[in-house]
Amino acid sequence: MNTESVVTHKQPAMTVQPKKLKGRAFLTPYLFILPWILGFLAFTLGPMLFSLVMSFFDWPVVGEVTFVGLDNYVNMFTDDPLFWQSLWITIKFALLFVPLNLFIALFLAMMLNQKVKGSGFFRTVFYLPSVISGVALAMIWAWVYDGEYGIFNYLLSLVGITGPDWLNDTTWALIAMVIASLWGQGSMVLIFLAGLKSIPESLYEAASIDGAGAVQKFFRITLPMVSPTILFNLIMTIISAFQQLSLALLLTGGGPLQSTYFYAMYAYDNAFKYFKMGYASANSWFMFAIILVLTFIVFKTSGKWVYYEGDNRRGGEEA
Amino acid sequence: MIRKTIAYASLIFFSFLFLAPFYWMISTALKSDDEILQYPPKWIPDVLHWENFGNAWMSQPFNLYLENSLTVTILTTIGQLISSSLVAYGFARFTFKGRDFLFMVVLATMMIPWEVTMIPLYMEFNYLGWINTLKPLIVPSFFGSAFYIFLMRQFILTIPRELDEAARIDGAGSFQIYARIIMPLMMPALILVSVFNILGTWNDYLGPLIFLNDQSQYTLTLGLAQFKGMYEVEATGLMAVTFLISLPPLLLFFLAQRYIVDNSAGVAIK
Repeated sequence: MNTESVVTHKQPAMTVQPKKLKGRAFLTPYLFILPWILGFLAFTLGPMLFSLVMSFFDWPVVGEVTFVGLDNYVNMFTDDPLFWQSLWITIKFALLFVPLNLFIALFLAMMLNQKVKGSGFFRTVFYLPSVISGVALAMIWAWVYDGEYGIFNYLLSLVGITGPDWLNDTTWALIAMVIASLWGQGSMVLIFLAGLKSIPESLYEAASIDGAGAVQKFFRITLPMVSPTILFNLIMTIISAFQQLSLALLLTGGGPLQSTYFYAMYAYDNAFKYFKMGYASANSWFMFAIILVLTFIVFKTSGKWVYYEGDNRRGGEEA
Repeated sequence: MIRKTIAYASLIFFSFLFLAPFYWMISTALKSDDEILQYPPKWIPDVLHWENFGNAWMSQPFNLYLENSLTVTILTTIGQLISSSLVAYGFARFTFKGRDFLFMVVLATMMIPWEVTMIPLYMEFNYLGWINTLKPLIVPSFFGSAFYIFLMRQFILTIPRELDEAARIDGAGSFQIYARIIMPLMMPALILVSVFNILGTWNDYLGPLIFLNDQSQYTLTLGLAQFKGMYEVEATGLMAVTFLISLPPLLLFFLAQRYIVDNSAGVAIK
């Protein structure tokens, strides 16, 4: 059907007779978006529904599939300490990472906004780590953190600090992951910089005339003006924290003593290590519910953070 | 004056922090195996051991992994350029029933965490017999990707409709307008999507991790991760291969910097 209809929609191109083409013209737009519709059904909606169904079953990869109702969800909450532990680790990571990331990125963006020379160079430097693979990032940081020969503890020793054995210390391994993630998120600086650049200069000039100091200007103008960007990034970063998987797999393997056992890794292990597909699907759906709630908050507050560039032209009419 | 000094001081300080791990990788890659065990660490190796790169690369079938990575990267990029642009054109240039709803769905799919579809996708591809082949990594790209559709649609909206109409009067059909007028004018968007897709695919770890078991199918990221797990591997070799694998994304970034930096900031805010 697919190929046939592509042919029929091509024909009208040859003869310009708009009236007769109504029926075919009706189909044309759907043919253009057909790839997405098929892909959406096959690789998104279908799997999602399937996963929802699986979450109500005991579903090993090989063997009998049995309906268990809500048991997977009930067990998760009442009978699985690892669920709570990995959830708490994920939240702890987000609580450490998100404010630090926002603070550093906003600070660097403000510094870049001082009309410094070579700002192109600095922007490149901050963006650079986010270009390489998460695997490469993990390899580099595993060596940087090395307990005996790592450069990190050497640099700390220069300022008189004896660093821990980062990746093998239950207290510090999570912090180590926060730092490595911060390194990979320098692109956030550019997002803030764009937000800062959109603040009209006249606001600052008016404030200066009224006798406002730098601190006042920051809290009364800069912060409110970039707050939409902050909120947006805040939610996005929390969401991505819940999907933190490759760094945990590669840098610490969830250890030591599961101190960096993230929620995504917990779901991953249930699926691909213990082959409890039904249970892991329930894990995933719980995570999805959390993300939905967060997304809902974003949309609820979107009036505050959505930023339209002046030249949005026809784009504005739909979205 | 003071403000500028503070700005420069902090920017230079943070630049050092951002660049130090890169430098540490490169300097380790060039050291001898004895030198990496020295304390305090040496910033510059006495002798530059360029042979580390070749030795480490040849110690594993990295050439094979490279071939797999290239296959996936090139084919997915072709797939995305064709499929996402067709879909974007459909959304940007036609008024049809359900368009706004469907476009909302496109945007909504960007929010779906991969973990939710990961398990059923694995079972779906397993059912199709695609596990341990490159197909699960390649085929979906021929059905468009929400983010790229969004980027391209935004770009098409900036192309004046008068061009379409003029072509239509000259007898061109919708597909011809897409192929002859929109696509050539959309070059900046096509480049941007290619760059994003090349970076994303080349760097992808979780997809290959889940869908590939056999070493002969490994991509470079999987090969590198496995290399680290090996018993006798020295940091010099590991950093050498890490550097080689990171080189293409870094070079691509320098080439396409303008596009990426300007656009990623703009897109994220919208």
